[in-house]
Amino acid sequence: MPISYYLLLSGILFTIGVVGVLTRRNAIVIFMSIELMLNAVNLTLVAFSKQFNALDGQIFVFFVMVVAAAEVAVGLALIVAIFRLKETVSIDKINILKW
Amino acid sequence: MIPILFFLFAAVAIASGIMMIVHRNPIYCALFLILTLFAVAGLFVLLNAPFIAAVHIIVYAGAIMVLFLFVIMLLDLKSETSRQRPGGLLRILSIVVSGVLFAELVLFLRSGTTNPPLVEGDLKIGSTKEIGNLLFTEYLLPFEITSVLLLSAIIGSVILAKLKLK
Repeated sequence: MPISYYLLLSGILFTIGVVGVLTRRNAIVIFMSIELMLNAVNLTLVAFSKQFNALDGQIFVFFVMVVAAAEVAVGLALIVAIFRLKETVSIDKINILKW
Repeated sequence: MIPILFFLFAAVAIASGIMMIVHRNPIYCALFLILTLFAVAGLFVLLNAPFIAAVHIIVYAGAIMVLFLFVIMLLDLKSETSRQRPGGLLRILSIVVSGVLFAELVLFLRSGTTNPPLVEGDLKIGSTKEIGNLLFTEYLLPFEITSVLLLSAIIGSVILAKLKLK
């Protein structure tokens, strides 16, 4: 199994996440797409960790998970706060930061 | 055996990832994302990283996705499940951007001079003991900083949840 297979799969998953962020209007689904992108990067890190026989990639995956968990906690709290304010999570209707 | 498992997990991950971004009901999106996460965890096992795979399932499928489902249920998004798609220009732009991104990735992979198979490294390398050793010696400072990050995330979430709006 060449490492390029894993990198290609990771690229496909990352692209799916980008498409989700760009095309979905629901803030929660956009969050899930960001999680998918983080997972694609994790896959790359673990594949390189195996390729170079070094553990540092897996340590980075650990830190990415920690940051993702913190991000999801704060982000979902933000979404709940916005829902209480605007009664919607559609990002087309959340334009309070619009200039 | 390993190539078969790789293609199985890869197919499941890609298929459920696509289902995640096209399904209109956010609950099904969350469930398909869980399926994708399990497939990626299987790939981690194939890549000789059992600790990362276990933490992945516990943190993502166990904690983060429960949080997602909880928020989806809490917000009662029935009115949000109707088809919502961006209009002409934004849709074209998103297709172009993702197409360019993927083409870049493929070109980059094809431009590689060599494509060696994955080395069969030390089998002990993904174990909890090895990761713990590295985490508490070389990466001790980042590890401590993550505790501060998590504490600030907890405080921020609590403040946001208790906020009096208007």
